[in-house]
Amino acid sequence: MNDFIAARSQMALSLGFHIIYSCIGMVMPVFMAISHYKWIKTGDVVYKNITQAWSKGVAIFFATGAVSGTMLSFELGLLWPKFMRYAGPIFGMPFSLEGVAFFVEAIALGFFLYGWNRLNKWFHWLTGVVVGVSGVLSGILVVSANSWMNSPAGFDYVNGQYLDIDPIKAMFNAAWFSEALHMTLAAFVATGFAVAGIHALMIFRKRNVHFHTQAFKIAIIFGSVAAILQPLSGDISAKGAAHRQPGKSAAMEANFHTVPSSPLLIGGIPDTVNKKNNYGIEIPGLLSFLVYEDFKTPVEGLDKIPQKDQPNVPITHYAFQVMVGIGMFLLFAGLLYFLALWWKRKWLVKNWFLKLFIICTPLGFLAVEAGWTVTEVGRQPWIIQGVMRTSEAVTPMQGIQYTFYLFTFVYFTLSVAVIFLLWRQIKMVPQLYDKNK
Amino acid sequence: MLHVVIIFLFFAILLYFLLGGADFGAGIIELFTSDNNKSRTRKTSYQAIGPIWEANHMWLVIAVVILFVGFPVIYSEMCTYLHIPLLIMLMGIIARGTAFSFRNYDAIKDEKTQTLYNHIFVYSSFITPLFLGITAGSIISRQIDPSANDFLTAYVYSWLNFFSVAVGFFTVALCGFLAAIYLIGEAKEQSDVKRFTKKAVIMNAVAVGCGGLVFLAAEIEHVHLAYWLFGNPLSLTTIIAASLSLVLLWYLLAKGNTQVIRILAAFQVTMILIAVGYRHYPNIIMMKGGNNLSLLKDHAPLTTITDLGWGLMIGSLIILPALGYLYYSFKAKTD
Repeated sequence: MNDFIAARSQMALSLGFHIIYSCIGMVMPVFMAISHYKWIKTGDVVYKNITQAWSKGVAIFFATGAVSGTMLSFELGLLWPKFMRYAGPIFGMPFSLEGVAFFVEAIALGFFLYGWNRLNKWFHWLTGVVVGVSGVLSGILVVSANSWMNSPAGFDYVNGQYLDIDPIKAMFNAAWFSEALHMTLAAFVATGFAVAGIHALMIFRKRNVHFHTQAFKIAIIFGSVAAILQPLSGDISAKGAAHRQPGKSAAMEANFHTVPSSPLLIGGIPDTVNKKNNYGIEIPGLLSFLVYEDFKTPVEGLDKIPQKDQPNVPITHYAFQVMVGIGMFLLFAGLLYFLALWWKRKWLVKNWFLKLFIICTPLGFLAVEAGWTVTEVGRQPWIIQGVMRTSEAVTPMQGIQYTFYLFTFVYFTLSVAVIFLLWRQIKMVPQLYDKNK
Repeated sequence: MLHVVIIFLFFAILLYFLLGGADFGAGIIELFTSDNNKSRTRKTSYQAIGPIWEANHMWLVIAVVILFVGFPVIYSEMCTYLHIPLLIMLMGIIARGTAFSFRNYDAIKDEKTQTLYNHIFVYSSFITPLFLGITAGSIISRQIDPSANDFLTAYVYSWLNFFSVAVGFFTVALCGFLAAIYLIGEAKEQSDVKRFTKKAVIMNAVAVGCGGLVFLAAEIEHVHLAYWLFGNPLSLTTIIAASLSLVLLWYLLAKGNTQVIRILAAFQVTMILIAVGYRHYPNIIMMKGGNNLSLLKDHAPLTTITDLGWGLMIGSLIILPALGYLYYSFKAKTD
C-alpha cells in the first residue's frame, strides 16, 4: 500500500467512525431533553427513567466523539500538512467556532450528568438542551468547513498564492447551507431510526414494554420527520453539486455522455472502459429536470471533464444509489409510522411493524456513510475543489500504512467497546432505569 | 490582535497543563498507588474530576485550533516532523478518555472489565503527558532537521533524543505533583490526606530530579537552557518566584492548609512555562541550522488573525463564566 492511499484510507476510516459517534452525540441529547421535559411536565416517572438511560448513552458517545474529534484535529496536520498550511487560515474559522461550541457542550454535559437532585430542575433541563443545541451547532460548523473544500471561497488563487483571504466568506461558501442542512437531517434520520430500532427490538422481546414504547415514540418521530424532509434537502444538494462540481455530479449519476434530455440512472453497473452502464434503469429527461427544471437541457457528463480530474465513477455511483435507496426506504417507513399513529393504532404493536423498524436500525448510518463517500470520493482528485490536488497535500513521511493499520485496530476496538457498553446498558434497563413500576 | 491570539494560545496551553495535566496526574498517582489503596484513590480522584473531566480536555482542542488557523506553518511543520510522538500521544488520549468514561458508564461493574479499564486508564495517563512533554521538548531542542533526507533523522531523531525525553519525564512528574496537591484538598479522611501528602513529596522529589536531568540533557545536547532561564531578568525572577513559592507550599502543607497550596502548585507550573516560553519568544519552533519559526512572523494573514481573535474573545465570554459556574457548582459548593 503506498503512502498516499494509506493516508486517504486512514482519513476515510477516522471520519467514517467519527461521523457515527458525533451524529449520535449530537442528536441523542435532543431526544434526552424532550423526554426530560415530559418528565418535568407530566411527572410520569417512565420519562425520567428514559432520560437517565439515554444520558448514559450520550455520555459514552460524547466521550468517544470527543476523543475521535481531537484525533481528527491532529490528523488533518499529520496526514495533510500542505493542505493545512494553506487552507488553515481560510477555512479555519468554523473550526475555531466549533471549538467554542464543543467546549460549551462539554461544560453543559458536566452540569447535566452530575446535576440530578443538585440543580434547579429547569436549569438542569436547560443544560441538557444546551448540550443538544451546541452539539448540533458543532456539527453544522464542521460540515461548513468541509463544504469549503467542495466549494472554495473567500480567497483569490493567483500563481499558486492564496491572496485576499476572508475567513467569513469562506465559512459562508455557496455549499455550506445545503451541506449543513443535509448532514443535520441525516444525523436525525440515522440516530432516530437506530435508537427507535433498538427500542423496537426490546418491545418485540416483551421487555419493559411501556418504557421502550415511550422511548421508541420520541426517537421515531424525529427520525421520521427528518426522513420525510430529507429528499427536499437532497434536491438542493444535488442541484448545487451539478453546478459547482460537475465531475462529482456526473460520477454520482454515472453520466458518461452529455446528451439532451439527460436520463436519470437507477442502479446499473458503470463500465468505465466502454463508457456505458449495464443493467440500470434509465428514465429519459429526468436528470435534466432535476438539475435544470426542464426535460431538455443537457446535463454535463464525464466526457466534458478531463480524465485526470475525474473521481472514481463506480464507487461514487454505487454510494449514491445506496444513499438514495435507503433514504427512500426510511421515508416510507416514516410515513408508515405516522399512518399507524393516526389511523391504524393496532399496527403499532404488531410483530411485522416492529420487525420493520428493527431492520431499519443500521440503515440510516449506512446511508450516512454512503453519503459521506459520495461527497468525499466524488470530490477527488481534489482536496480543495479545482485548487489543490489531494496528492499534493499528503505528508512527506513514509510508512503511513503502519499508522493506518494502527488506526484501523484502534477504531475497531473502540467500536466493539462501545457496542459492548450499549448492550450492557440495555441489558440492565430493568435493574437500573425501569425499576420503580 | 495578533497578541490577543498569542495570549489565548498561551492560556489554552497553560490551562490544559494545569487542569488536563492534573487529570493525567490523577492517573499517574493511581498507577503508583499500592493495590490496597487503589480504589480509595480512584474514588477521591473521581469525585475531583468527574463533572469537569470533559471540559478540562477542551483546552487542547482550543490550542490546536488556534495553531492551525492562526499559525498554519508552525502547525504543519510540527505535525510533519513530530508525527510519531504526536501519534502516540493521540493513542494515549483516545485510550485514556474512553477508559475513564467507560469505567464509569459501564452498566455492569464487574471486577474483570473494571480492572481492564483501570489498566488502560493508568498506563495511558502516564504515556500521554510523557509524549506531550517529548513533543514540547522537541520543538525547542533544535533537533528538527528540515534538510534531512533519511527517515530516522527527519522523523525519529527529531524527538528521540536525551533532552526531549527528559522534558517528557519532567512533564509526567509535574502532572503527578499537581494532582497530588489537588487531591489533598479532595480527601475526606485523614489517612488519605497523609497518603496524598506523601505522594506529593515523592512527586516533588521526582520532578526536581527530572528537572536536573533536563538541565543535564540540555548541556549534553547543546540546548542553551541554563542561559535561557538565567540569562535574563524575567525568567530569573520567575524561577526564583517558583522556588520561593515551593518553600511556602511545604510550610503551608505542614500546617494543614489544603486550598492555598493548590494555588501555589499551579503558580509554580505557570512560572516554569513563562520562564521557558519567554526567553525565546516569539520563536516557538527552533530547528537545526538556526531556522526558527516565530509567532510574530509565521502567522496567518491578518484578516484571519482578526477574525480568530474576535471569535476567541466572544467565545471566552460564553465559556469562562459557564466554566466558572461549573467549578463553583461541583467544587466550591460541596467543599
